[in-house]
Amino acid sequence: MFASVSSPILVEMTGIIKRFPEVIANDRVDLVVREGEVRALLGENGAGKTTLVNILAGLYQPEEGEIRWRGTRVAIRSPRDASRLGIGMVHQHFTLVPSFTVVENVLLGIQGHGEAIGVVAARLAQLGREYGLAVDPRARVGQLSVGEQQRVELLRQLYLGARLLILDEPTAALTPQESSHLFEVVRAMAGQGHGVILITHKLPEVMAVADTITVLRHGKVTGSLRRDSTNESSLAALMVGHALKGVVVGPRTPPGAPVFSLEDVSCLSDRGYTALHHLTLHLRAGSVLGIAGVAGNGQRELAEVASGLRRPAAGRIIVGGKDLTGAPPGVFIRAGVFHVPEDRLGTGLAPGLRVWENLNLRVYSRPPINRRGFLDLGAARHHARGMAAHFNVQAPSLELPVRFLSGGNLQKVVLARELSSVPVVLIAAHPTRGLDVAATELVHRLLLDGRRAGMGVLLISEDLDELLVLADRILVLYRGQVIGETAAATADRQLLGLWMAGIRQGVEPSRDHTS
Amino acid sequence: MAAVGIALLFGGVFFTLAGLSPLQLYGTMARGILGDVYALSETAVKAIPLALAALGVAVAFRIGFWNIGAEGQLYAGAIGATAIPLFFPALPSLVMLPMMMLASALAGGALAVLAALPRIYRNVNEIITSLMLNYVVILFSDYLIYGPWKDPQSYNFPLTPLYPKAAHLPTFFGTRMHLGAVAALVAAAVLSLLINRSRWGFEVRLLGDSPNAARFAGLNPVRHILVAMLVSGGLAGLAGMTEVSGILHRLQRELSPGYGYAAIIVAWLARLHPWGVLAMAIFLGAVFVGGYSLQTAGLASASVFMLQGGMLFLVLIADVFLERRLVVRRREGS
Repeated sequence: MFASVSSPILVEMTGIIKRFPEVIANDRVDLVVREGEVRALLGENGAGKTTLVNILAGLYQPEEGEIRWRGTRVAIRSPRDASRLGIGMVHQHFTLVPSFTVVENVLLGIQGHGEAIGVVAARLAQLGREYGLAVDPRARVGQLSVGEQQRVELLRQLYLGARLLILDEPTAALTPQESSHLFEVVRAMAGQGHGVILITHKLPEVMAVADTITVLRHGKVTGSLRRDSTNESSLAALMVGHALKGVVVGPRTPPGAPVFSLEDVSCLSDRGYTALHHLTLHLRAGSVLGIAGVAGNGQRELAEVASGLRRPAAGRIIVGGKDLTGAPPGVFIRAGVFHVPEDRLGTGLAPGLRVWENLNLRVYSRPPINRRGFLDLGAARHHARGMAAHFNVQAPSLELPVRFLSGGNLQKVVLARELSSVPVVLIAAHPTRGLDVAATELVHRLLLDGRRAGMGVLLISEDLDELLVLADRILVLYRGQVIGETAAATADRQLLGLWMAGIRQGVEPSRDHTS
Repeated sequence: MAAVGIALLFGGVFFTLAGLSPLQLYGTMARGILGDVYALSETAVKAIPLALAALGVAVAFRIGFWNIGAEGQLYAGAIGATAIPLFFPALPSLVMLPMMMLASALAGGALAVLAALPRIYRNVNEIITSLMLNYVVILFSDYLIYGPWKDPQSYNFPLTPLYPKAAHLPTFFGTRMHLGAVAALVAAAVLSLLINRSRWGFEVRLLGDSPNAARFAGLNPVRHILVAMLVSGGLAGLAGMTEVSGILHRLQRELSPGYGYAAIIVAWLARLHPWGVLAMAIFLGAVFVGGYSLQTAGLASASVFMLQGGMLFLVLIADVFLERRLVVRRREGS
């Protein structure tokens, strides 16, 4: 299944240098992709992976270095050039028009072909069968799931005749099932002779699907190797520069009194459907209650209800013995319920405000920052600098609007703010999604530190490994209900998987879930 | 500032096409704006209502509320200010003027709040409500000066009686420049301090930038929007008061040549910064005055509006380029 070393070279980049005002994003980077090869591009946030492939996609021009396409030197001046050569990129954020059908989206940007819609639809269906990308060509994209939309992006590139496919963090928004399906598609594409560049920082994915791996760190290549001659821990070392220490969980202290309860809570989603259905859970001080489940089973609404951002339609929310049902978000905050939201830039941060202003969002209204209605900007900046240093936030300047930071650094800003004072309860929704290895480690340590200090953590995650390591108990959410509950220490992965798929087995779900 | 230069160039091309010498016309304009004390003070006279109204517009824009009703709020302020000398003509100046200021700010503020309520409670677009109220108020002002407030000695002209001397804003250096200049300076200073340094200003900017993040931070948006609109309309109202009390000394028709609309341009050119608003108000005031001198040189008054429109257009383009640069930077990551 590996592309042999003798397969023809599809693209060869040599000595690529790309500078930005603050950093060298790519420093003499070499990269080769052969036909039929899946090459993983591995690196932490800000290592220069996206910059490198954006050069291939014609979005950036390198300052130095050369690109050869099938042996011929080329200049890729625009995405159109890239597409003409046969380079197709699927961005992390899709570029589809929701109100258009799949066929219409595929035809977007293709001029003057004049093929009948029916012909295109048939061709798409055929491509779908060939590569395992089943999508109804006449469906409206807005009605498709994230995984299906990604298939549309892939189909579009295949339809355009892409020989080299670039996937930028393709699994970031996918469920585990969708991810493994995507990997089958990737293998099928390689089997047909396509070259694939897979950008990721998830080591298990690399080991599962890549033939060869290029590791970037601070813009430089730190390793270029074959998958069968390496392993996860040596890759991690190349990525972060030092071997990883496993998370030390420490002694599981017996949890304290319940600090946070949802009792028989129901709520509606934005679209007016039932998102949570008579959900009951109890969170104790000094414990981590893990919420597992496939995305879209009520996790977002659970986080919003628990932090006061969404009103429950029924049921009660008890925080520290007080009934806060229906109270505004400010009351939850004052009661010590802090929240790391799923949607960082849209909810957790004000994109246009400076980094230090965002870091002060929880404390600005109290002394010492707030003095009789006026803010002590020196104290606020000092407070922000401390948090940024402690959480290793990589920003050229804290005076920049926060929207200029990369995804991982945005998450660090939110976490730094929410964890800088020990909250009573922390609602953490996917706190490590999109973070690099070192940052993930830091987040895990901070959550466990908080737990030891008596914080109750509601940890919503799609990463079972994370839940199994960090949580005391795990609830599985399915269609807005708790389908199963287990202690993390004795949890059976198989059973958790069945629950996530909606199959009730093993322990009968009870109405009272105590962590 | 580059946008301003390009706008002047654009005006020059236009004048050339109209068969006039742009250099000569700009010379005429410059003399009209800077030629003598009178010219300078006339620029200030135009800049005062522009600055006050634009400061108000900027506050609303900061909180993400598209108040384009400054024109109506200015008229409401003028009506409110006129009511004081009309009903209490005997008040001494030291009581009269503060009362007029208060009345004008309350009238303008109330009108802005009226435009905001449907948005807050029924999600009605505030651009529509604030714009529509302009017509209502301007027509109401007409009703007053044609009807109950008409001066019996005006030979049926639509004018209120002239205010008593106590209701006139003091002027400086024997020109028409009046105390409103000080009001504009004070307002800019106070707003600059509040927006950048106060808890209220921080919350206004937070709400304007991201209502979701503000909710997340536990803010109650309704109170902030109402206060911001009160301030916004209040400042526009004050602009109306300085105009009637400082210049016209009565309520009359067409007391504003579109200050409330030009204020939107001023606020936008200044990127909502209070000191920038002052600078841009003086600039646009100069354009107004220069426009009058061009009219006397034989050019249509439309040229003034053309220059203003060109300016806003070019600044918006500059904005787009700025955004583009930002996007490129963001992609540096990972």
